[in-house]
Amino acid sequence: MQYIMLLYANESYWSTMTKAQQEQGVAAYTAYTEALGAAGVLKGGTRLQPTSAATTVRIADGKSQVLDGPYADSKEQLAGYYVIDVPDLDAALSWAARNPGASHGIVEVRPFWDYGVK
Amino acid sequence: MNPEQQAYRSAEAVARRGYGKLVAFLTARTRDVAAAEDALSEAFAAALKSWPVSGCPANPEAWLLTVARRKLIDLGRRERVGEDAAGDLRILADGLEAAASEQEIPDRRLALLFACAHPGIESGVRAPLMLQVVLGLDATRIASAFLVSPSAMSKRLVRAKSKIQQAGIPFRIPERDELASRLDGVLDAIYAIFTEGWTDPGGTDALRRDLTEEAFFLAKLVAELLPGEPEALGLLALMLHAEARRRARRDASGEYVPLAAQDPAQWDGQMIVEAETLLRRASALGAIGRYQLEGALQSAHVHRGRTGCDNWVAVVRLYDALLALTGSPVVALNRALAVAEIEGAAAGLAAMPDLAADVRLQEYQPWWAARAGLLAKAGAYDEARHAYEIAIGLEADPAVRSFLQRRQAEVDGA
Repeated sequence: MQYIMLLYANESYWSTMTKAQQEQGVAAYTAYTEALGAAGVLKGGTRLQPTSAATTVRIADGKSQVLDGPYADSKEQLAGYYVIDVPDLDAALSWAARNPGASHGIVEVRPFWDYGVK
Repeated sequence: MNPEQQAYRSAEAVARRGYGKLVAFLTARTRDVAAAEDALSEAFAAALKSWPVSGCPANPEAWLLTVARRKLIDLGRRERVGEDAAGDLRILADGLEAAASEQEIPDRRLALLFACAHPGIESGVRAPLMLQVVLGLDATRIASAFLVSPSAMSKRLVRAKSKIQQAGIPFRIPERDELASRLDGVLDAIYAIFTEGWTDPGGTDALRRDLTEEAFFLAKLVAELLPGEPEALGLLALMLHAEARRRARRDASGEYVPLAAQDPAQWDGQMIVEAETLLRRASALGAIGRYQLEGALQSAHVHRGRTGCDNWVAVVRLYDALLALTGSPVVALNRALAVAEIEGAAAGLAAMPDLAADVRLQEYQPWWAARAGLLAKAGAYDEARHAYEIAIGLEADPAVRSFLQRRQAEVDGA
């Protein structure tokens, strides 16, 4: 089954880290990505630019509305995602716990929609 | 403290100490664990309402039992209208039996533990089932500790409880001839609770630290109720040894400290004495087993740490015995590390279990970390670097992760 791991973290925390801490943090993600690959479960994923780079679009009453910033204004922001293919939720959760994001933020695990296509 | 707080405190205390005892007693005849839990939770609610007004009863356990039994009969009536009242009669008969000695509620927790760890119950749910049924932990807490979704955990627990009832899993201590093998199931489940609690060596996560306490409660209970079973004593000794070193596994700044670098003065001497006494008692009973061997290994590590005496030959011999008994790839891995201490890194690498032996090794951090360490010692720096990379990616604990990152950096510097 395919699951997406959505990583939420307080992005202002990044700027308070020392250069060495940032490097160690990035290295942890690199290693995690490597481990997912070695286990043959990695389907994709990426880190995202901060929410200051986000733009939202919606069409209401036939008129388009474009706004700067993220859709949801919360304490933690969506910072990146991984897509994995594992047998079940238990396996997905064990990978989520190893995600460095679980130690400095929150990892939300959601299964992909099942279109019933074989 | 006002009466309300006092009532709450006594109910809480009874809940912690006596929960399993009461569930065990109520379920002994009916085998309906879920109904007993419902009745008990209603009894606890009634206690919190009544005790602040009328005062805490002299024997709170007996009070709760009486109320819970009445609730249980009510529940039974509601469910089986018109059916014969044999169940009620059984519960009432049980009541009469208990009334004769209201002071002393018979302790059937051991039988309850054997029911939870019955071969008919899926092995993965035995430890969670014990935590809920014997200790009254809620599904959400158990789910967090075992890294399972709370709703999935609830479902598994409900399924296991109905299996107990429907399949007629007995609530009794097995006969002599099958006691040892059935006891293994109970001990394995308790050890699973302990190791879940132990994945957080710094004890920074309160939930997990609590689980270690729960595991000790159960291990002590079993060792106390079956003092003639060497493996029950062995498990408790093993847990005490591991717990004795908990503090030493982190330095002042919260960084992870591996066994070889720990300061023995940081170990808990009292716990070590207790563990050693238990191991001696166990070995006098004359039947070796997995937990006694693992306890003996811990004991060897403590001795080496304290005296500096090289005892790796004895350690490898213990691992040989353990490997013959369990065939576990994790044991083979630890044995390989001990072999490397005597014969060098190349011999250690050759002794490591193959990834093909068990696919789970592929995702087992200690396998990659062990391999990385041995490769680095053997001078295969590129391979060592890669193995550390995978180990880092598989680790969930930030302190252990940064420890592995430091080790990897040392390889880069080599």
